[in-house]
Parts: sequence; C-alpha cells; structure tokens
Amino acid sequence: MTRVLSIGAIWLALVGLPWWLPLIGGYTALGSKILIYAIATMGLNIVLGFTGGLSFGQAAYFGLGAYGAGMTLKYLAPSTPLAILIGTLVGGIAATLLGPLVMRRRGIYFAMITIAIGQLFYFVMVRWNEVTGGEDGLAGFSRQDIHLGSLVIPLTATNYYYLVLICFTAAVAVMWALLQSPLGHTWVAIRENRRRMEFLGIRVERYVWAAFAVAGFITALAGTLNAMLFNFASPQDLHWILSGNFVIMIVLGGMRSFFGPLLGVIIFVVAQDYLSSVTGNWMTFIGIIFVLIVLLCPKGVLGLFARRTEAA
Amino acid sequence: MELLLFNVFNGLIQGVFYALMALGLALILSLNSVINMAHGGFLVIGAYLAYTLQPYLGFWGALVAGPVLAGGIGLIVERVLIRPIYSRADPLYSLLLTFGLALIIEDMTRTIWGPQGLPLEIPDIINSPVSTEYFFITGYRLFVVGITAAAAIGLYLLMRYTLLGIRIRAGTRDLETTSALGVNIYKLRALNFGFGCMFAGLSGVLAAGILGLTPPMGNSLLMPSFVAIIIGGVGSLFGAVLGGLIIGVAAGITTTYYPAASEAVIYLMMLIVLVVRPRGLFGEEGLFE
Repeated sequence: MTRVLSIGAIWLALVGLPWWLPLIGGYTALGSKILIYAIATMGLNIVLGFTGGLSFGQAAYFGLGAYGAGMTLKYLAPSTPLAILIGTLVGGIAATLLGPLVMRRRGIYFAMITIAIGQLFYFVMVRWNEVTGGEDGLAGFSRQDIHLGSLVIPLTATNYYYLVLICFTAAVAVMWALLQSPLGHTWVAIRENRRRMEFLGIRVERYVWAAFAVAGFITALAGTLNAMLFNFASPQDLHWILSGNFVIMIVLGGMRSFFGPLLGVIIFVVAQDYLSSVTGNWMTFIGIIFVLIVLLCPKGVLGLFARRTEAA
Repeated sequence: MELLLFNVFNGLIQGVFYALMALGLALILSLNSVINMAHGGFLVIGAYLAYTLQPYLGFWGALVAGPVLAGGIGLIVERVLIRPIYSRADPLYSLLLTFGLALIIEDMTRTIWGPQGLPLEIPDIINSPVSTEYFFITGYRLFVVGITAAAAIGLYLLMRYTLLGIRIRAGTRDLETTSALGVNIYKLRALNFGFGCMFAGLSGVLAAGILGLTPPMGNSLLMPSFVAIIIGGVGSLFGAVLGGLIIGVAAGITTTYYPAASEAVIYLMMLIVLVVRPRGLFGEEGLFE
C-alpha cells in the first residue's frame, strides 16, 4: 500500500513538474532531460542491476536512437512519432544483433567488449560526415507538432515534457511488467547464481541476450527523445563517457532497486547542471563524485536508507 | 605504393603505442582484475611530467623520469584507492573508480598545462630522416620501435626468469594458492599495478615526441588498446602486443584507401574476431566466459 502511494506521489510530482520546477530555479527542459536519462538508465539497469551483466557501452544505443530520430526528421519525413519509432528500432535492433557477441562473457570481459563495440558506432557517426554532420553533430532538424486527426498539438517545451512523461510512463510500465514476469525472475536468478541456473537447464545466454536487447530498445527510445529535446544529435551521445555516466547514475541511486536509477539521475543531472555553471573544472568534481560513491556508498543513496532501516 | 608504405609505417608506429598501452592494461587486468579506465590518464601523466622535467634532465633523463613517475603515482593510487575495493566481488566498482580517476586526471591536466597542444623537443641526433627516399622513416620513429621492443623483451624476460615474474604469473593463475604459499599478494599486486602504469607513461613520452601533448591524448589511445587486448586474447601479454601492432597497421592500410574508416576498421576487426574466435588470437579458452 505504501508502495502504491509513493509511486502515485512520484507520478503526481512529475505531472506537476512544469509548475513547481521553475519555482525552485529549474527549467522545464531540465525536467525533460531528467526523465529521458531516467528512461535510459532504468533500461540499462535491466542488464546491469537485474541480470548482472556489466554493460558499459550503453550510450551507443542511446546515440543510435538519437541519430535515428534526427535522420528520420531530416531526410525521411517530418513526423515526431515516426522519428521515435525508427530511432528506437535502429538502436534496439543494433543491440539485438550484437547481443550474441557479448552474452557468453562475464564480469570485466563483458564490460570491455560492450565499451569497445560502442566505440564502433561513435566513429561511424564522427567520420560519416556528409550524412551525420561528423564531429559537429547532426543539426538541421526539429521536432514536429503532433497531428491527431484534425487536432494539432504544438510541441512547446511544456508539451514536449508531457510527451516525454508519457513515454517514461509507458517504458516504466513495460519494464515493470517484464520484471514481474517469469522472464524477469529468471534474470534476477541469473544475477544471483548463474552457474546454478545453468545446472537447472536454463539457457542462460539467451536470457542475457534478451535483457541486453530490451535494454537496447529502451535506451534507444530515450535517445530519440533526447535528440528532439535539443533538436540536435551529438557524437557525445554515443561516447563511452556518457556510458560511464549512465552507470554511475544507476549506482548512485541504487542498482538493486527499480526506481533507484531515477533518483540517481536526478542527483547527477542537477549536480552536473549546477557544477558546470559555477566551475570550469566540473569534470574533476564529477570524477570525485565517482570515486566517493565507490569508496563510501557503493549501494547508492537507497542502499544507505535500507541499511538504516535494517539497523533500526 | 609509396603512399601505402608511408601509411603502413605510420600505422606501425601507432600500433606500437597501442601495444605499449595494451601491455600495461593486460598486466593490470590479469593480476589486479581491474580494467584500468585511468590508463590513458597515466599515459598523460608520464608525458606531461617528461615535458616539464625535460629542461632540467634533458630528453634522456625525461624519457626515464616520465614513466618512472607515472609508475610511482600508480603505486600511490593503487595503495590509496584500488586496494580497499579488491574485496568487492563485483568488478563494477573498480571500473567506476578508475573511470572517475580518468576524468579527474584529464581535467587537471587541462587546468595545469592548458588545453592547447604542446610539443616535446627531440634531440637532433635521433630526429633526422635516415633515408632521403623514405623521408618518413625518421630516426626517432625507429627509436620508438626499438625502445618498445626492448621494453617488451625486458618484460618477457622478467616474467619468464625472475622470481617476481614467476610470482606474478602464479598470481594470475590462482591468487589464493599463491598467497597461501607465502607470497605477499598485496605487495605483488601493487608492484604489478605500478609496472602497468609505467608502461602507460612510457607510451605517453614516446607518443608525445610524434603526436605532441594534449590533455585527451591518453583517452584517445585507451579504446584501441582495449581492442588490442580483445583481438590478441585476454590473458596473453604477447597477444596484447601483437593485437596492438595488427590494428595499428590495419588502420594505416585503411587510411590509404578509405581514410574515413581508419578508426572504425579496428572495431570491425574486433567484431570479426569475436565471431570467428571469441577468445582472441592467443587467449585462453574459458577465461571470463
């Protein structure tokens, strides 16, 4: 019951965000960015936190989604839903195709291969100048108003936030349903004891593959939304630095918890936004945050609370 | 033909840097079980310290001091930051920790030495072309290849014939048994981490002589070194070196025919290796699988 109430409270706070965020010095686009990163990290957490696969190259699928959406708007058709659809498919299918290469690996080797594969897409986007805009990124497209029959919804900053919120809610519902299903329980069991699952006759590799593919689709969805938030897709969207940021956001919030990544994203994005406005050395501070989280609170903010209540 | 030769040679030099980086990474990966994301940072530290010390020590002194200091800083980092988290079974944490370090080092380098590129002066004796026909084969480039070969052979002899090397190899196989046999594995792992960082530093000083010094130079060499290890095979030092040289030359050849794909090609090669021979050229079967 408390769970339902707290989820309801979070959701109401998100619905009202365009009203209250400016009051405390934020802006609506920051809210959109937080939700977008929350989609991406919660998707990644299916592999990372629930299946136990150290995917460290997730930005690749985020970026593929971003470029997929941008190119759809720029070269194919000026339609926001189509851009979301195609971008999500591009990133998700790439993850699905590459899954078999990583699904057998474990631990650090899984991490190393996922990082390196991510760099392939980075260099394709940076060097394929005529189509992708190269180092400067893909610009020259913008999100289009949504046409529902005769009804036209203009995608202002606030309306776009609500579109992102709808996508967020849908993604959360899908992930929640998956994690409650036998598939989700198998993922957690693989994380807890992979060898035992193998002995039980479970085809562990296929389940890891499934987790990697689902995470790819959801991260790509976030990427498409990110591209249309800024009307811009940057090679940095595919860079391993962003992959690392995704992982630290998850760890910061709490990787064993469904909504943990959302909390981590809020703290990280707000901190990054604030730090980059007050100091040129914000990268150092982000780095220090990484080191401190690892040394002092490896279970994340939610982990801290969990320990308190256990002790009490 | 001349262009191809030029690019192959350039690629070979690039591959030498990848190989040196990969060698250090592979050492740390196998004994410390850490993917050192800050390896590029140690490369930058070695290069910039050599640049700073050069006016006092001369080129040769700096060539020694840079890598040694990078190794020394590696020892401190290992003691203060890495050692407390060896006990955590999840490799995620060492990955994140070194990732944070990489950000700090790159940003600090930019603050201390400035974002613009700096040149590393090379003595004239080794900087002149050795052949008028093949102008690109300068003495320095041959020197780079020579030093790297010496370092790799030195490491091989160390691992093969000294007590320290035997202990490192034993620790890689089975850390617990090695410890039970009376080896101080904390000291061993610290030394090994320092060695790895020294190789990164050496790679930095040598690369600075050709590419110049920039704060992100280390991180741009880091990813190809991962690829070198994956292609060469995790767990094999020889594989790491060979992998580095292979991707360097492959990038060089691609530059001749299709320059835009010169970076992507090494990642494509990695994918092919992963499909055809998942454990890499010289990797051991079953490791990390």
